[in-house]
Amino acid sequence: MPIPDSVPILGIGWNDVLFIVFAGTMLGAGLLVVTMRDIIRCGLAMIVCFGALAGLYVLLGAPLVAAAQVLIYIGAISVLILFAIMLTQSKSAPVRLVFQTQAVPAAIASIVLAIVIALAVGATDWGAVVGPLHTATDDLARLLFDDYVLPFEVVSVLLLAAVVGGVFLAKRDGHSEDEAV
Amino acid sequence: MSGSLDAYLILSGLLFSIGTFGFLARRNAISMLMSIELMLNSVNLAIVAFGAFTPALQGVASVIALMVIAVAAAEATVGLSIVIAIFRNRRTPLVDEYDSLRQ
Repeated sequence: MPIPDSVPILGIGWNDVLFIVFAGTMLGAGLLVVTMRDIIRCGLAMIVCFGALAGLYVLLGAPLVAAAQVLIYIGAISVLILFAIMLTQSKSAPVRLVFQTQAVPAAIASIVLAIVIALAVGATDWGAVVGPLHTATDDLARLLFDDYVLPFEVVSVLLLAAVVGGVFLAKRDGHSEDEAV
Repeated sequence: MSGSLDAYLILSGLLFSIGTFGFLARRNAISMLMSIELMLNSVNLAIVAFGAFTPALQGVASVIALMVIAVAAAEATVGLSIVIAIFRNRRTPLVDEYDSLRQ
């Protein structure tokens, strides 16, 4: 059975439907990340947000970036953040107050920021062409390992430095345990 | 809608604003780091969207996005270990109780 070109009842294309679903999921999960009380649930909502973003990358014709998003963000960074949450849960800390006292000015400032960005996007001619251009994976590999091989190697050194620095910072120091406040 | 650059850029701006709000308003240091991750992701979405709608940036945008993902991973590692080191000293993850310079 062939799939029709557009959604039967609504009359809009499948890509638009996917865009709306992914964008709604991403924004809803993002709002949950910044507003929910239980921080573990914030971390899980962040995973949903990253997954929807990977779907948007596929819609934009960048499947390798979507795969990297799933592998690195959902697979690595989210697990790291969940581990850190579990390491820093303390019973004595007051969990009732989620927000700082400047939450209302912060909300106003971020709404103004969103409006300014939307106005700037609407007022600028970006010289965009129609339709997402697909990025073939072999073209991307040729760019990454030919033209941009030096930044690639620099990033690998940066990751090594970050791993060493992270281990050094989070290492339990035997002497400073007694003088901890 | 999925074929216009403006929709993706406005979506990216909205996600960036959500991250800004979370960074300014949350008390928990790890919540603030999660908000920073949201902001980095929104910038990545803008970069990939520019690459998908501008022929001159077609493959380069994906390269930049991959670099940003790698740098964000490094940032998350170092940031979280700093938070854990501070937590070990102060026994709280709430940033408004890190006030020993004020006392």
